[in-house]
Amino acid sequence: MSADTASAPARRRSAELGFLQAIQQAQQEEMARDERVILMGQDLRANVFGAAAGFLAEFGPARVRDLPLSEAASVGMAAGAAMAGLRPIVDLTVASFMFGAMDQFISQVAKSRYMFGGQARLPVVYRQALYYHGGTAAHHADRPYPMFMNVPGLKIIVPSNGPDLKGLLKTAIRDDNPVLCFEDANLWGRRGRGPAPADDEHLVPFGVAAIPRAGTDVTVIGIGGGVKLALEAADQLAADGISVEVVDPRTLVPMDWSTIVASVARTGRAVVVDPANRTCSAASEIAAHLVEEAFDALRAPVLRVTTDDIHVPFSPALEKQIYPSTDKIVAAVRRTLGER
Amino acid sequence: MVGPYPTCGDAVVRDRRRNPEESEMELATQRAPDPVGTTPDPVDVGPDLADIDADLAVEMLRRMLRIRRFEEATIDLFHAGELPAMVHLSIGQEAAIVGACLATGVDDYMTGNHRSHGHPIAKGARLDRLMAELLGRADGVCKGKGGSMHLADFSVGSLGESGIVGSAIPVATGAGLAADVLGDGRICLCFFGDGAANEGVFHESLNLAAVWRLPVVYLCENNGYAVSVRADDLTSVPDIATRALAYGIPGVVVDGQDVTATYRAVAAAVARARAGDGPSIVETKTYRFHEHAYGLKLREAYRDDAEVGTWSADRDPISLFTARLLADGRTDRARIDAVRAEVDVEIAEAVEFARRSPYPEPTEAYRDLYHEPEGAGV
Repeated sequence: MSADTASAPARRRSAELGFLQAIQQAQQEEMARDERVILMGQDLRANVFGAAAGFLAEFGPARVRDLPLSEAASVGMAAGAAMAGLRPIVDLTVASFMFGAMDQFISQVAKSRYMFGGQARLPVVYRQALYYHGGTAAHHADRPYPMFMNVPGLKIIVPSNGPDLKGLLKTAIRDDNPVLCFEDANLWGRRGRGPAPADDEHLVPFGVAAIPRAGTDVTVIGIGGGVKLALEAADQLAADGISVEVVDPRTLVPMDWSTIVASVARTGRAVVVDPANRTCSAASEIAAHLVEEAFDALRAPVLRVTTDDIHVPFSPALEKQIYPSTDKIVAAVRRTLGER
Repeated sequence: MVGPYPTCGDAVVRDRRRNPEESEMELATQRAPDPVGTTPDPVDVGPDLADIDADLAVEMLRRMLRIRRFEEATIDLFHAGELPAMVHLSIGQEAAIVGACLATGVDDYMTGNHRSHGHPIAKGARLDRLMAELLGRADGVCKGKGGSMHLADFSVGSLGESGIVGSAIPVATGAGLAADVLGDGRICLCFFGDGAANEGVFHESLNLAAVWRLPVVYLCENNGYAVSVRADDLTSVPDIATRALAYGIPGVVVDGQDVTATYRAVAAAVARARAGDGPSIVETKTYRFHEHAYGLKLREAYRDDAEVGTWSADRDPISLFTARLLADGRTDRARIDAVRAEVDVEIAEAVEFARRSPYPEPTEAYRDLYHEPEGAGV
């Protein structure tokens, strides 16, 4: 699998497409392209979340549906609709709300194709925001994608910038299999900085990592919002002459192991930045994989910069400290270099 | 009698919100005896078959016999040690299943539950491939990866059975949504049990189907027991169908031992669904003659032998229907005997097909995922 190394001007251009614009464009283009694509979500027709402006007028009530507060039925219903010929996109809004639908994700969405011997096709996309770092406290701020990585059968995308989000989401909508899309709400703030590139065929393939910054001393693998932090940390470290390579897997399932392993083989050091809780995180899986497949190249332990295993507290005085930060990444990189 | 709701014996469809002027629309139903804790009254052969085509009547018998003989064969295979796991038998419930499925078309969708053999058989699936699946063979309808609780045959609209109680109810709702959006005229028949009616997704799904007027028929096989618990111990209403009132849709109770009663009620619900008028609940009062799972040894008796004996002696749906067919006069003993013989041959051939089918190659375990797993084949 190949990795793409974006040039600096390309990165600047990328930053111009905000997350919500990216979602709006991906959904609008794919619904216009294929009438089997329908969009469902809570408070969708009123466009409360800002990524479905004008959809009701353009596509009509049959294809743009508000959902009741019924996450379990919504998730399973979309699976049944997919088996019967539609290509639903379900906007579950906040990722924490998925817990009410775990049985449907695991028993129906993930398993139907397998346990029916390949008879079922489930082209369905489930979107949800990672809504942490904003004082929403324990019931709205989870980063639960590692739980779903543990379930065979669910493809998982965690974009780190608008163009990737658009391209991955369009690929997801065209995929014949279930895809979970986790959207890091800390990246929403980048919206509206310029005209969005309108390319109907802007598709980002699954299982192909990006290398937004090349380097030689340490590989920092970032997940979702962790990529932005990793790039900021890399800028800081560069001032001290430390060259950091940043790898963005973009999709957690399938994971582009070859790009990650190749990068670590070049640098000999790895730090994984993952906003999820530490135990059994995506970072844990990546670290374990590197120990198995890149042990000979490693010159230091693989380090994880994650959220500690605590629930999300409300007070800003309590919350801000718990997530990965630029400072924590800088410290981890220095530690892999033998500094304390 | 619970308030103004349709209850046992009420042949009433209520849909006040949508059709206030038609709120008392009647469906053809019969008295439906409650299976739990009651001794059924002696039954005569039932109403005549005047509105049932003779060929359809014979097909009803044929499919009920297929389910009965198929499951009797699984009992033999179980005792012979050829069945890799336990099975949940539908013996006693054949009329409810066949009456419902024959009221739908082969293009219509169907979802089922862990008591899973009868639904695809009634929908018209190949018996040999179903039997091969029960034995975990390569020619099984799910290539040996689903087994008894997860049979599926998409070629006859069976979108699969679910081993998690209630979890296929939203899937059926979604199939109804697809039919509605695509305008393909299909409906979905959703089988569930009395136990599933207490799962949250039952309520979420019925609300959703009702507000969107989806073409789904929710068919409750109320056999009176959730494993060992009497339905009336842990269910708030004597009739699941009364819950339809909460969703503004029709709910009707029928005698699940009467194949034509179920057929008529489901046919009316299907017609309503196809007309765009939305979902219904049809509750069939039925009974399972065997344990929750065959071979499951329960330490304490939860129902007495006399209750089981009375149902199997007096309320066997196949015996009742055979008597009606003979009384009807359009079908004679010779034709019935011929159907029995044909079904016996089908079952014997299905068992032989299953036994001859090889076990799947080990690599089959790694197929039909959504993507190639990490470390596949290691």
